[in-house]
Amino acid sequence: MNEVPESHPAEAEPQDDHTAEHVAAHVRKYVMVGVTLLTFTAITVALSYVNFGTMKANIAVALLVATFKAGLVAAIFMHLSAEKRLIYRNLSFTAFFVLGLFWLIYLAWYNPIVR
Amino acid sequence: MEIPYTVVARRDTGLWNAKVGIWLFLASEVMLFGGLFSAYVFLRLDASPGDWPHGLLNVPVGTMNTAILIASSVTVVLAWASLKMRQFTKYKIYMGITILCGVIFLAVKLAYEWPQKFDHFGAFIKEDALEKYEPYLGNKHLLAKDLPPRKEITGHLHNKEALNDPNIKEYEIALDQVNADPTNPVNDRPHFFYVPPTKKIATIEKADVKYANMFVPRHSAYFASYFTITGLHGLHVLGGVLVFIYFWLPIGANMYKQNPEHLANRVEVAGLFWHFVDLIWIFVFPLFYLL
Repeated sequence: MNEVPESHPAEAEPQDDHTAEHVAAHVRKYVMVGVTLLTFTAITVALSYVNFGTMKANIAVALLVATFKAGLVAAIFMHLSAEKRLIYRNLSFTAFFVLGLFWLIYLAWYNPIVR
Repeated sequence: MEIPYTVVARRDTGLWNAKVGIWLFLASEVMLFGGLFSAYVFLRLDASPGDWPHGLLNVPVGTMNTAILIASSVTVVLAWASLKMRQFTKYKIYMGITILCGVIFLAVKLAYEWPQKFDHFGAFIKEDALEKYEPYLGNKHLLAKDLPPRKEITGHLHNKEALNDPNIKEYEIALDQVNADPTNPVNDRPHFFYVPPTKKIATIEKADVKYANMFVPRHSAYFASYFTITGLHGLHVLGGVLVFIYFWLPIGANMYKQNPEHLANRVEVAGLFWHFVDLIWIFVFPLFYLL
């Protein structure tokens, strides 16, 4: 996580990690990530035609690849790999509540209250 | 009145304001789509074997649209990088490509994929009539192979008036290949390329049908989820494209002349939204098209 150094005058350069030189060095990386994402799209399609035994296994494999791709988009394109602490704090709440949404499925499925 | 902290970071947050704003908005968006995906998973897990349609969408077209969206994610980040490096011409080109990608994505969805679905028909057969339609369903063949049963006969509806006219007692369908030749092993799993309906006509009595409709949202929980999620996603694509067009027009050039960093930051937050839209599609594509 990237903490704002207290001594750093916030009014100086916009964002220390997004200077022109820094960005220029990353352009190649952005293109490479794009190519990786396209490759994994093809892999997802190919894997869906492979029989992994059960439908559940196929779903798990597809979602695993999708999660990897989504992680790349979030970490690199959305700069989440090096973001300010406030953003991470906000997103930790989102993560908690969105997991709650999926936990509802578990509650509905196993109905632990009535059981 | 000047908007504060468009370029410089606030001391307490360490960020310029729009960055905080877009992330709060995206957090709410995650909850919005999270709810829909959660509902989708619930419906899907609850569906008994054979009740969840499979292989009804056009995979190559979906793959192409996925690739277009990923490419646009790259170009929008390159557009932002160009602004950071003060290369305005490059910015215009990359942003132009991004807009074009968004428009193609929407055009494919609205002018091709959705209308094709609205023109397709499916009839769910009642449990006690499944045996009668065995020549179109091939369930004994599927049972022997330990595959989920087929309960729906799909294809092109010839007598569309049958949908609303109670005096017409049957549906006449030009069968999809899967129902025309149900015991052929090539139809055991969905096809990669779109296979148009065959010329083989089947007559299905309405009395044997549990429910029948064109492939519209009310056809099934599957299509209801599909149209809701892809529709909402499409609206997001439209919103993103409109914002990008705004930045691409002379208004963007004017802002660039006054304060290039301000435009770069605006493009960055719009880009963050665009990446999120791409991220959602990364999950939509396998869930609806492939599984």
